[in-house]
Amino acid sequence: MFLTPSMLGFAVFYMIPFVMGISQSLTNRTLGGRFTGLSNYSELLASGSFRKAAANTLLFTGVSVPLLLALSLSLALLINKGPFFRQGLQTALILPLVVPVASVVLVWQIFFDWNGTLNAWLYHGGHSRVDWLQSNGSMGVLVVLYLWKNLGYNLILFLAGLRQIPRDYYETARIEGAGRWHQFSRITLVYLTPTLFFVVLISIINSFKVFRETYLLAGDYPYDRIYMLQHYMNNMFAALEIQKLTAAATLMVLCISVLVMALLSVERRFRDVLD
Amino acid sequence: MKRSKLLPQIALTAILGFFALLMSVPLLLTFTNSLMTETEIGMNYGLIGQMTDVAAGGNTRFVNLKLLPDWLSFGQYREVLILNSKFLRMFWNSVGMVVPIIAGQTLVASLAAYAFAKLRFRGRDKLFLVYLLTMLMPFQVTLVPNYLVASTLGLMNKEAAIILPGVFGAFGVFMLRQFMAHIPGAYAEAAKMDGAGEWTVFRHIAIPLAKPGLAALAVLLFVDYWNMIEQPLLFLEDSFKQPLSLYLARIASEERGVGFAASVLYMTPMLLLFFYAESYFIQGVQMSGIKG
Repeated sequence: MFLTPSMLGFAVFYMIPFVMGISQSLTNRTLGGRFTGLSNYSELLASGSFRKAAANTLLFTGVSVPLLLALSLSLALLINKGPFFRQGLQTALILPLVVPVASVVLVWQIFFDWNGTLNAWLYHGGHSRVDWLQSNGSMGVLVVLYLWKNLGYNLILFLAGLRQIPRDYYETARIEGAGRWHQFSRITLVYLTPTLFFVVLISIINSFKVFRETYLLAGDYPYDRIYMLQHYMNNMFAALEIQKLTAAATLMVLCISVLVMALLSVERRFRDVLD
Repeated sequence: MKRSKLLPQIALTAILGFFALLMSVPLLLTFTNSLMTETEIGMNYGLIGQMTDVAAGGNTRFVNLKLLPDWLSFGQYREVLILNSKFLRMFWNSVGMVVPIIAGQTLVASLAAYAFAKLRFRGRDKLFLVYLLTMLMPFQVTLVPNYLVASTLGLMNKEAAIILPGVFGAFGVFMLRQFMAHIPGAYAEAAKMDGAGEWTVFRHIAIPLAKPGLAALAVLLFVDYWNMIEQPLLFLEDSFKQPLSLYLARIASEERGVGFAASVLYMTPMLLLFFYAESYFIQGVQMSGIKG
């Protein structure tokens, strides 16, 4: 009874159309199409722009997520040591999370434009300038934007995870003569692992959302290196290529589901070991 | 504090301070630059997007990054708020979509979350997993279902095409369920002994106890939907129906002179809310990170 409104809406707006979408991806036309099996999928996998987009997305996720994890974990450990103005520093680091992407595009433009500040610094340092948004450097720009935006989220989660580790574990370890590295690797990392699973998952999911930044900086058809799956799908939508779009979406759902399930089951096994 | 601890702590604060400053640069710049005159903006940043002398590589003029304006001016704000009607209209467009989504999703999700957290029924955990997976999908995946529904129900180019999927979004269900799962079962049992039905338990026990969770959800939803770009970009063709986010996206290239003030005004509701309800916000993020 409590579930009814949500179930109805959820079914109407997500589940039923999604199943419709899957069946569309197996036909050749939107209305009254014939069943064509997996031909849309094989076409998709053979398409150059899809491959390019998939490779770029993987590359971006593969580079940015580890960086984000390392940076946010280090900062969380530092904050946990109790600096002066802890609250203020924490707020400043979290703040970008709530700042709408569209409202800082201007600043990014000033930095990364051909005539922008970054190039001015390069130039005055005696280097030649880089066309950040129209070269392989564009991937770097996106990584910076992603780090800026998502650092706060991971920070909050890591800090919460650190708070749950009982202090006396460290004291016992210290009495038994464990060094700092030992304490970090045997206590902090081990007890932070459940948090870590979730942070990894969310970081990967959020790395798929970087489309907003790319779109605002570079439009529908950005430089090759940052042409992501999301661009591909948006453009398929604009071109009303619903079959390819649904095929791509189905593949994406499969991949993400497999990823989530894998992370969840590894996590469960880890918890069993810990208990 | 002992002297030997003071020095490391100063160093620690300095390192973190450096990062905090680095993270704040875009915000600081936006604020201070919003107080420049349009002419000054033009002088400083007019070169953006001009690909002069690429081949020769000889152009040595650059954008002039400036923190403080030469003259304090509220000209940009005057232009955005009073002289130009677009900004305010799109501001209200945003409000008109975000508020129904927050109200609707909080209501629908609190009911569903109660069911997932406190009631027993067949297939509960599997169904919850489906919600969880849906929540994790990037927009481009839900784009397809949203589009199919919108075109079937004739909602294309109408605000409802954005509001309705928002109301039934899975995130609220997930977050509130995490929150309600932590409410001790004893409360509900005691109430039921006294003859209270499920509805009374929900209304008078679960909802009051989940209030911090509801507040946290509202804050997170506001952040998320105030910021949305993809949905209106694809579902709202008429520019007079579009929300502020898209206006800001265009302003970067077309009306840069007032862009900073518009940006400040755009992010202000968010920042105010954040400073006012930071603890709820943090709690909300943490809640979504704890698995029940």
